[in-house]
Amino acid sequence: MQKLFTFKGGLKLDGHKTMSTGSAIQTARLPDQLVIPVQQHIGHPPEVLVSVGDTVLKGQCLANASAGISASIHAPTSGTITAIDEQPVAHPSGLNALCITLLADNQDQWKQRSPIKDQYKNKDCHQLLELISDAGIVGLGGATFPTAAKLQSCQSGTETRPKIKTLIINGAECEPYISCDDVLMREHAGNIISGVQILQHILQVEKTVIAIEDNKPEAIASLQQALKDLSADSVHDTEVVSIATRYPTGGEKQLIKVITGKEVPAQGRPADIGILCQNVATANSIYRAVYLDEPVISRIVTVTGEAISQPGNFETLIGTAMSELIKQAGGYKNNIAGLVMGGPMMGFALTDDNLPVSKACNCLLTKSQDDIQQPAIKACIRCGECTDVCPANLLPQQLYWYSSSKNFDRAQDLHLFDCIECGCCSTVCPSHIPLVQYYRFAKNEIWAQEKEREKSDQARQRHEFREARIAREKAERDEKLRLKKEMLAKKKAAEGKAEPVDPKKAAIDAALARVKAKKDAAEIKPKNTDNLTAQQQEKIREADERRQKSSESSRSKDKAE
Amino acid sequence: MKFKHATSSPHIIRDDGITKIMLQVLLALIPGTAAMFYFFGWGVLFNILTAITVALAAEAVILKLRAKPVKSTLLDLSALVTACLLALALPPLAPWWLTVIATLFAIILGKHLYGGLGFNPFNPAMVGYVVVMISFPKEMTFWLLPSTINLSALNLNEAFNLVFFSQLPLNMSWDSISSATLLDGIKNHLSQDQLLTSVTTSDQLGNLFGTVAGLGWEWINLLFLAAGLWLIKTRIIDWRIPAGVIAGLATTSLIFYLINNEVYLSPLTHLLSGGFMLAAFFIATDPVSASTTPRGRLIFGAGIGVLIFVIRQWGGYPDGIAFAVLLMNMAAPLIDYYTVPAAFGSQRQ
Repeated sequence: MQKLFTFKGGLKLDGHKTMSTGSAIQTARLPDQLVIPVQQHIGHPPEVLVSVGDTVLKGQCLANASAGISASIHAPTSGTITAIDEQPVAHPSGLNALCITLLADNQDQWKQRSPIKDQYKNKDCHQLLELISDAGIVGLGGATFPTAAKLQSCQSGTETRPKIKTLIINGAECEPYISCDDVLMREHAGNIISGVQILQHILQVEKTVIAIEDNKPEAIASLQQALKDLSADSVHDTEVVSIATRYPTGGEKQLIKVITGKEVPAQGRPADIGILCQNVATANSIYRAVYLDEPVISRIVTVTGEAISQPGNFETLIGTAMSELIKQAGGYKNNIAGLVMGGPMMGFALTDDNLPVSKACNCLLTKSQDDIQQPAIKACIRCGECTDVCPANLLPQQLYWYSSSKNFDRAQDLHLFDCIECGCCSTVCPSHIPLVQYYRFAKNEIWAQEKEREKSDQARQRHEFREARIAREKAERDEKLRLKKEMLAKKKAAEGKAEPVDPKKAAIDAALARVKAKKDAAEIKPKNTDNLTAQQQEKIREADERRQKSSESSRSKDKAE
Repeated sequence: MKFKHATSSPHIIRDDGITKIMLQVLLALIPGTAAMFYFFGWGVLFNILTAITVALAAEAVILKLRAKPVKSTLLDLSALVTACLLALALPPLAPWWLTVIATLFAIILGKHLYGGLGFNPFNPAMVGYVVVMISFPKEMTFWLLPSTINLSALNLNEAFNLVFFSQLPLNMSWDSISSATLLDGIKNHLSQDQLLTSVTTSDQLGNLFGTVAGLGWEWINLLFLAAGLWLIKTRIIDWRIPAGVIAGLATTSLIFYLINNEVYLSPLTHLLSGGFMLAAFFIATDPVSASTTPRGRLIFGAGIGVLIFVIRQWGGYPDGIAFAVLLMNMAAPLIDYYTVPAAFGSQRQ
């Protein structure tokens, strides 16, 4: 049995999970129209491959991952592209983003699929990473970091980065209300294990731990059963581990601490200490890409909360309007007051439900009138409850103090950027101060300042470069001028000297040249002049004559000079 | 559907707050206060009532002047807690104006001139206490003999007249009612080059002794200790500050006690004397003016403990709690600066 550790801080929260786990995963209806945001991941936007009017098949690539960190997107169903333009998307900024609108033809016709299935074992890492990249797989735990890029970055240990020894599959799902991973583990445990095996093949890890919070006994049992069903040698050193339910244990760094007792270095990545984390849903996507040749065109969305009629989990095509999904969950109750994408701790509130579901959308949480009763904000009394619950071991109260007074240097001294914005501090604050908001504000201000500094640095560099260029060009011009002057002076001097030409020497030179020319002519015996026709010989003769003449004339010219 | 309500995460917020914390602190004060009432009579209650009335009135006026919400701020109960802590620290027969002055200084100077709750660098109750301690040293000695040994204990009427009208009961003198506290008495005793062993047998001080410390006081301290432990258990206060205070006083007094037990009181006597447990669990733990880092709180508490010993032993005042707390309040920002915990992942393993 795996030895477990604890991380400092965190909270025991009411799960509210059973609300949405009562029924099996339902498949959301195919809507008439899908609006697919082009960028659904962290990194560079992909390059759009289609244009308005194109008909596409289900699973066809709509936009291809660009260089660097990027992810492809695919058509969730077959149909016609009707628009490629800016549309409102679910993003905290509230800004519009480029979207591809697909009018479904209701045929739901797949592209030609050729799954490699078990043949993946014969493929090397690069081929599999390409496959994962082509399938548009991103971390489905919420961060939506392109999976191929994440795997790529920990390929074959370098001097600076050790080889990945431990693979942790994250099934913690620590946020209250969300249950999409829970139901996925219950119903598709076998697929997840297959996905894990593919990851094991790519990374060649020594050990794999599938970590699940102990409030999901069905999921744990189901995965354990799936492991048992496989032959022992095909699942080497893989273990399903039940971990204590405590938010935010599903945070990558916290989970690693719980499983291994090691802390990922601040500002560092798990790969730095030879560990890689992947979400269970990501493992499932890898399985689907390899065994079904199916890109990420859908995801499970938990629709839940205190203001929805029939909470549940829905296998939803990417691009489906949230309002459609709400309709299928029985619609809002009368006490509806708000909608959150994600969980109650880290999700963000939406102002509109007419937005497309993206790869990041794990949960739609409805908020009732009671949920939004906000007590008045009071002054901080430095009670330190925030310090006790901070899983990053920071001083939230001091960070708040320095963030609100815009003393950003001091805030950074207190490790502002190690804040994971889990929300524990805000939740326990007896003065009801929205602490996390202050940290986001401070981070954004610092980023903006840095950008500003970068810009001014660039401007300065440009200016300096220009100055340098002007100086260089001037120097070059001066040098040229100097050389020219020198040459002129030399020429003058030379002209003065070269006046008396030795006629004897000139005559000898000319004679030598003539001899050499004759010798050359005699030596060259063109082979392709053997069996020529009379006409051709005539032409050659004429040409020779011309040559002779011209050389003679040039020679006579030389003489004349 | 459009939603107007769009706040930043997290979307879960506790529904109780400062008011509940303060309320629980007030509840925890009840057993110790009851014991004080039992031993020292009506004066204790008069102090509390006067302090509460003045504190609430002063706070309301100041809030009005500062154009801040009056009702919701009064309801955070922080002024009530300050008033109670201050009243419990004052002698039970203190004249009413002493309590009024102390409270006004606590609420106005100690709290609101710095910006109100959350912004005061010094413990308001201790600011008020020190003001009257320095200004009216005589009145600050109006302690009573614990009623169990004082046959002429004042009834409600007598106490009322004494506190509010400075009228002594018939046929009674100040000397027959009031008494020095044990710590005060011992200090005088030792200053006359006498040894501690002779204290228990001396006329004036012998009957002030209980089992290990001052008669009555030991019970009062034990009750405040018990209530304090309850506050720690219910996570209202952090264990570090009381632990630091107790460890600070216990260690220093133990060292000196071991060096010479004829001159230095035993740690147990120290811990159960005066307002020590009230200070350790209720006064030093005022989060606003205390250190806020985990390690800092231990240091902050220990500093108070050590200073209490130093002032008790060598200072000019019988007890040094108020000065110890204020001195460490001054040091809190510095302590915080040097005790920032290592962020997750920045500690070498």
